Amino acid sequence: MEIPVPRIPLGDWIEVILDWLLATLGGFFTVIRNFLEDLYELLLWVLMTPEWWIITLVLAGLGWWLRSWQLALGTVIGFILIVGVNQWENAMSTLSLVTIATLIAVVIAIPLGILGAKSYTASKILRPIMDFMQTMPPMVYLIPALVIFRVGVVPGMVATVIFAMAPGVRFTELGIRGVDSEVVEAGKAFGSPPGKILRQIQLPLAMPTIMAGVNQVIMLSLSMVVIAGMVGAGGLGGEVVASLNRINAGLGFESGLAVVILAMYLDRLTSIQAKT
Amino acid sequence: MYKGREEELTRELLAVGQSTMSEPNTGQPVVRVENVYKIFGRRPKAVAEKMQAGATRKDVENQGTAAVIDATFDVYPGEIFVVMGLSGSGKSTLIRTLNALQPATTGTVEVRGQDLAKLSPKELRALRSEHISMVFQHFALFPHWTNIENAAYSLETQGVAKQERYEKAREVLAAVGLKGWEDSYPSELSGGMRQRVGLARALAADTDVMLMDEAFSALDPLIRREMQEELKQIQDRLGRTIIFITHDLNEAMFLGDRIAVMKDGEIAQIGTPEQILSEPADDYVASFTSDVDRARVLTAESVMVPENELTEEDRASFARKSLSVKSDATIQQIVPVVLEAQGPVAVDSATGSDRVGYIRLATLLEALTPQESTVVDGAKAAN
Repeated sequence: MEIPVPRIPLGDWIEVILDWLLATLGGFFTVIRNFLEDLYELLLWVLMTPEWWIITLVLAGLGWWLRSWQLALGTVIGFILIVGVNQWENAMSTLSLVTIATLIAVVIAIPLGILGAKSYTASKILRPIMDFMQTMPPMVYLIPALVIFRVGVVPGMVATVIFAMAPGVRFTELGIRGVDSEVVEAGKAFGSPPGKILRQIQLPLAMPTIMAGVNQVIMLSLSMVVIAGMVGAGGLGGEVVASLNRINAGLGFESGLAVVILAMYLDRLTSIQAKT
Repeated sequence: MYKGREEELTRELLAVGQSTMSEPNTGQPVVRVENVYKIFGRRPKAVAEKMQAGATRKDVENQGTAAVIDATFDVYPGEIFVVMGLSGSGKSTLIRTLNALQPATTGTVEVRGQDLAKLSPKELRALRSEHISMVFQHFALFPHWTNIENAAYSLETQGVAKQERYEKAREVLAAVGLKGWEDSYPSELSGGMRQRVGLARALAADTDVMLMDEAFSALDPLIRREMQEELKQIQDRLGRTIIFITHDLNEAMFLGDRIAVMKDGEIAQIGTPEQILSEPADDYVASFTSDVDRARVLTAESVMVPENELTEEDRASFARKSLSVKSDATIQQIVPVVLEAQGPVAVDSATGSDRVGYIRLATLLEALTPQESTVVDGAKAAN
């Protein structure tokens, strides 16, 4: 027996919604697009203006200061390798994209995570949305992002933020919920207001977990660079896409290696295990 | 039938306990608790109403958990009021209704005449920071702060300027024996020392009421003993009103001016340690008292005899040595004196030099063995 299911025109609805969004919020989207593009250009300018070795030393120094001299040494070797395969410019453009996408994702994710930790209702609403954002094939975001923000670095960045945000929210919620309830109770018992308890007690004690979330956000952002490259974000992702189109295994490997080096640097810089 | 009679008896004994306690506590109560219920569940108010109408804890089991049932008591200035009960008896919930960390479902909780249920969140916070401090079972120190920052926390919530609160915190840390540990972190301290920081945090706040939730339960027995004695000394010096929660009756007897014994969310008896020992309200309370260290609880007053009960031999023996003890001395303190006297010793009133009675070795030994009270006998007969 066949049970007929009518064709649900979900796709059509999405198109209609998208058209409506463009018609009514077009100006707003232009503002966002310009803002993100300016931010990206600014950071890229900062990274590209000095000689490559100055940036390498600064990033290595940051690694030394936050973690260890081993990380600093690894950074220098890795970045020399990037320059050696002629990917410095692309790597800096990818670094800019990932940095800005991560910052935006974290700025949105941490307040959402706090909200989820404070209220069970918010947590229940957030959970399926996070599932959706993280498991929907990320290329699907690219299409509306392309329509709204046009070709360039911005649609890739927006798709990256959406895809990479979820662990930031989850780890923040987990971290705050995981703070010893008696310690929070002590704050309340001495008459501290909720905002102060959050700032003085919950956030500092949840910080290791939140940082693990930020680390995950960065890693997911990096995994998005190739997809962002498909819509003209350039950088290492653009290079990988180009090598795929030209079936150029050598170029593909060189740009892929540069992604790996960036990923390792950012991971070691932000992961909690590395802290002595 | 039997149960009803027992309840009646309990109520009578409670009434006796309260009336005999009225003499040292002439002031207004600092904390007033009246018919307080605390129910956990979907519709706590409805459950509380059912229980007020006579439903038992078991009747409402599947609608909610009744953690505190019809609690009524007053705590007077300068008193150590101990709430004693086994785990699950509702004592921790009861203490949390006193600063509204767990607001009472129904009933009145008043601190310094202010009804907690009628306060706005802001007023409630002000009341907590100015007038009620708390010491926690697992210390609840802030691990990312130094000890002095922890001790100064209560002052910070009161809005005291930084320099002043550090000065005060330094003093209080020194007073609890942690001089030199100001800039260490709690993780560098032993359990006993951590609780000293917890105590310092509460003491620094200078509040009239101090809530202590199983404050010494997580400590080793020796350290616990030490902390109990220190708390008593601190109390003698500062005269705070302390509400102390414990599951250890020995601790309750040693610290408490009055003790409330809780069972299954209800207060089974309120009385002085001596009343709880000598007139347990029911066999539940009596079963606790059987392993109490009586020497630490009973005082000279409760074991002395009037002069006319002394024998000729006693009088002759007393005339040789003529030693005396204060009426509030515990048996532990009296025994060495009696041993030295090799005969009766005199009991003087705690304040003046009035002679109020005498202690004989025989009465002393009698007091140390638990009496088979009528209640316990009754319970045995019923079984």
